[in-house]
Amino acid sequence: MIDRVARFGRFWLDALERFGRAQLFLARTLGGLPSLVPRFGLLVRQLHATGVMTLSIILVSGLFVGMVLALQGYNLLQGFGAEAALGQAVALTLVRELGPVVTGLLFAGRAGSAMTAEIGLMKATEQLSGLEMMAVDPFKRVYAPRLFAGFLALPMLAAMFSAVGVLGGYLVGVEVLGVDAGAYWSNMQSSVAFVEDVCQGLVKALVFGLVVSWIAIFEGADCIPTSEGVSAATTRTVVYSSLSVLGLDFVLTAIMF
Amino acid sequence: MSTAHATGVLHETSAAATEDQALVRVHDLHFARGRKKIFQGLTFDVPRGRITTIIGPSGTGKTTLLKMIGGQLRPTQGSIAFDGQDVASLSRKSLYALRKRMGMLFQSGALLTDLSVFDNVAFPLREHTDLPDSLVSHLVLMRLHAVGLRGARDLYPAELSGGMARRAALARALVFDPMMIMYDEPFTGQDPISMGVLLELIHTVNHALGLTSLMVSHDLTEALSISDHVVIISEGVVVEAGSPEQLRASQSEWTQQFLNGSPDGPVPFQLAAPDYATELLGTGADAPTASGSDR
Repeated sequence: MIDRVARFGRFWLDALERFGRAQLFLARTLGGLPSLVPRFGLLVRQLHATGVMTLSIILVSGLFVGMVLALQGYNLLQGFGAEAALGQAVALTLVRELGPVVTGLLFAGRAGSAMTAEIGLMKATEQLSGLEMMAVDPFKRVYAPRLFAGFLALPMLAAMFSAVGVLGGYLVGVEVLGVDAGAYWSNMQSSVAFVEDVCQGLVKALVFGLVVSWIAIFEGADCIPTSEGVSAATTRTVVYSSLSVLGLDFVLTAIMF
Repeated sequence: MSTAHATGVLHETSAAATEDQALVRVHDLHFARGRKKIFQGLTFDVPRGRITTIIGPSGTGKTTLLKMIGGQLRPTQGSIAFDGQDVASLSRKSLYALRKRMGMLFQSGALLTDLSVFDNVAFPLREHTDLPDSLVSHLVLMRLHAVGLRGARDLYPAELSGGMARRAALARALVFDPMMIMYDEPFTGQDPISMGVLLELIHTVNHALGLTSLMVSHDLTEALSISDHVVIISEGVVVEAGSPEQLRASQSEWTQQFLNGSPDGPVPFQLAAPDYATELLGTGADAPTASGSDR
């Protein structure tokens, strides 16, 4: 019994200690952001790796999510004779919730796991030690560009997810199910507010981008430098990022809407 | 144990190894990972302008020692001085300035995999200087020519053999004209030709450029053939130090076991374990049970 209590206590102490290290890691990485000014090319390269390379999965997912929303929304609204409000329902759902959240989850699976694996392998192959020994700070050269790229890329991806989702909703709602095109667009235009809906959805995406990138980079840098260690760190990135996105979504929704 | 170590240490008499000529001075170094003590009072000097080799059993902390000299790990007690500066007490800025004066060749080469060989060698120059591209190009090509890889400038690390990767890493370590280069197991996994090339390069580079070299190696014959000074460490302390000739003439059992590669001796073949006969006969408290509870 005492052993179990001790193990339980040790587990939480270790978790707290790791969380503290992760915060110090974030602080040092944020401190490296000014060094990106003379290294703008590094940021562009990371934006390509995290943003552009994730774009295809975001666009395809956004299209299907919009189509499904239109299908489900039409069935629901038809019961009240309110199918003309389909555009409003699709757009608000995407812009406020599904855009940032699903993009955050997909980003964690695609770009976050890649960041962790890349940094973990750099550690396992002594590239990070090599940088240190060449008097190059990995926080400035490796971590800061990735963190800032993730922070910038996720809102852009979320915006594209929502835009493509609205088009998917149009395809199914208007072209297939026969909702009036004018009603679809005008209801959307009149009910979706730029600041309250679009901007607050983008704020969510900015927070998710920061958190997912932070987790991904920290897990890579903190992993045990073996194949098993990198594999476990990659799994942790996806699990922790996904849970963080869902948990933070609730908190941010409660605060903002 | 400590008596054997103390009596085994040779005091090198040549003037070149005197204290004022030591580039690196390791004094009473203690370091532990968790409960495992890695160093327990390690003391030795790395003479300036010479090739020093550190040898010792696997897991004795040789790579850890190189990382401590480079300031990547800090000792729990004792000091490491590089050219008179205490490495552990330096600020990050001063430490980075110090590292520009030392190069390190990692066992894997540690080349950046997203850069070509040329860009890898140019990397330190581009990070730390504002030299024009034409001058960077000349400096890089000179270093690549010195290691015989000028023809591989456009290849990526994944396209290089292990020996070529280490030569490219050596070119990168040399590009900033360091005072000292540390080599971590430079010959491991090399075919005889690559090993001969690396040996020749390390020897030539050290003497032609007036560097100091500190090498960790298990390949004794090769390492000793180019070394001026050898330090044997085991169980966290220096067992013996001196020139290769002095070590070959040593009467120390430790030294002879290392140099001759004897499977048993002061470094035992068998790890500490309960009495063999007792375990086999199944008597006593440590005997294995039918359920295999000792596994």
